[in-house]
Amino acid sequence: MKTRLGRENPFAVAAFASPALLLFVLFVVLPMLLAAGATMTNHRLMSPEPTRYVGLDNYRRLLALNVAVVEPVRDAQGAAVRDEEGVRYPTWRQVRKDKPALEGYRPAFQIDIGESRVVLAATDPLFYRSLINTFLFAALVLPLQCGVALGLAILVNQKIRGRVFFRTVYFAPVVTSMVVASIVWAFMLNTDRGMLNELLRGLLHDPNAGPDWLGDSRYALPAIALMSAWQGAGFQMLVFLAGLQSISHELYEAATLMGANAWQRFVHVTLPGLRNTIIFVLVSTTLLAFGLFTQVDVMTSGGPLDSTTTVVYHAVRSGFKEQDVGYGSTITLVFFVIVLALSALQRMLVSKGDAK
Amino acid sequence: MNVKMSRTLRDIALFIGMSAIGIVFIAPLLFMFVSSFKSDNAIFADLNKLSAYLPSAEWSMRNYTSVFEKSDLPSFLLNSTLIAALVVVGGIIINSMLAFSIARMRWRGRNLVLALVVAMVIVPFEVIAIPLLSLVAKLPWPAIEHGQLVMHTGWFNSLHVQVIPFLANAFCVFLFYQFFRDIPPELDEAAKMDGAGPWTVYARIIMPNSGPVIATAAIVLFISAWNQYLWPIMVIQGEAFRPVQPGIQQFFGRTNSWGQIMAYASVITLPVLAVFLAFQRQFVASVAGTGIKG
Repeated sequence: MKTRLGRENPFAVAAFASPALLLFVLFVVLPMLLAAGATMTNHRLMSPEPTRYVGLDNYRRLLALNVAVVEPVRDAQGAAVRDEEGVRYPTWRQVRKDKPALEGYRPAFQIDIGESRVVLAATDPLFYRSLINTFLFAALVLPLQCGVALGLAILVNQKIRGRVFFRTVYFAPVVTSMVVASIVWAFMLNTDRGMLNELLRGLLHDPNAGPDWLGDSRYALPAIALMSAWQGAGFQMLVFLAGLQSISHELYEAATLMGANAWQRFVHVTLPGLRNTIIFVLVSTTLLAFGLFTQVDVMTSGGPLDSTTTVVYHAVRSGFKEQDVGYGSTITLVFFVIVLALSALQRMLVSKGDAK
Repeated sequence: MNVKMSRTLRDIALFIGMSAIGIVFIAPLLFMFVSSFKSDNAIFADLNKLSAYLPSAEWSMRNYTSVFEKSDLPSFLLNSTLIAALVVVGGIIINSMLAFSIARMRWRGRNLVLALVVAMVIVPFEVIAIPLLSLVAKLPWPAIEHGQLVMHTGWFNSLHVQVIPFLANAFCVFLFYQFFRDIPPELDEAAKMDGAGPWTVYARIIMPNSGPVIATAAIVLFISAWNQYLWPIMVIQGEAFRPVQPGIQQFFGRTNSWGQIMAYASVITLPVLAVFLAFQRQFVASVAGTGIKG
């Protein structure tokens, strides 16, 4: 019997497609479905107690937010008491005693409006802290890494001797593992004798210049962003390079004939020509930035003062180190929804740009 | 003449600029390699000098010999090599077969499968890690004990837990698909006319003509397998099946000799750098290719 034209034998198709598809189902799709189920339970990795259905408890614990307006401590005349640090406020313990609804809540962040202090309290303030840190990291690393990558690509695209060598040099950090890169940088970011601080001291002629990069909560996340951009920029450089090479030479020649200078050629020929490449690079860098884990685990363990704890780090700590799989899966799933929403948002912005 | 002069000047300026940037990019790695041959005292003495990045007079292999004596680095290297080799070989076969079926066979639903594979590229592994952990804790694995076949539950502390979940790789399927799609149809149609089955077409015609994409997939799979960190720290306790990246992290926490740490780092970085340098051309070409179309 002859098989129908244009249709392949289903057994042959299955033989070719099924190994990879089975593995995808088993190790990507199934874990996601199981995660969705696990968020409704108190499942622990190694526990003598049977797993119990807890409904939306994990989501409540993760997401619950409460606003408390804290009035300053007042003296007999009703004026706010001040000390050397400014207006004095009652401690969180005292606030909670007055408001039973705040049981289990801890401050996540606060702003002072006039004399009163508005506190946003959460049952898991570390989640909100790590969410802010993750966005902050993305906001730091995205322009830095993509900007550097575009600059490198333009340099490497020049017709100049040794460009293949330079391309290899700029790419070398990408093939260095993140763990090794983190360890080497931890040494170079050392406060007293690290390379970066020595350089700063030389430039500023100040023997005391240079921050405690990884030990100061203001600098730890920017330092990790700097190091991550160094490690990753080479990859985006290659992608930009391909984009640059696909822009036709005639466009540049025409622009030059019309009297455009180098900057005008960059703005009116290069950037529009790179549109799709830029979108691809921005999306992939965002996804990488949101997965921030290794650098944090090796360099700072989430510290100092939780300033480098990210969503993934928090999820791994809960789900693996504390063996609370139900809660860790909940963080994971909420994180996934955020990533999906961001990609959808980027896609929307892109299609808007198309319509223009 | 004047134009030529200004071109030369421009080229010199460019060259100097690119070298300066190159130094920034290579300095940490040079520092790592150079320090691995120095004593700790020499490392600290040279730190704020140029010699921190240059070969010095008194080099020794002492850091390397101590690292190999003091840690289980040889066993970790063997584990990582086995894991990477299995992931590369298995991954190339499995992913190219799926890509072949999508690009070169006609069946209903193949466009949907392709769309799902592309969608899976954006799922970060970090999202899967925790749920995958509780899944592999329940999976069975056969073993032969006292001449009898027994089923163990849980995939922890093994090589296969570090290999099997990483064989199917959406990015690789996509790479292969793009390449296979652009191979001229005449190439396998003639063979099909002669009665060759899909396996013959795949093994004798398509794969032998896919050198560049196989090299790229090999590099992608090798680098990701060799650099695995999050997953092994979750599924491997003890040292028997530990690979190199968690190995160095643990060594980093245990020793205070920077020379030895840098020797360790150099040992586990060199193989990847070597693979990259060997396959540079293919690698660059295909990373570039995916970027435009993605």
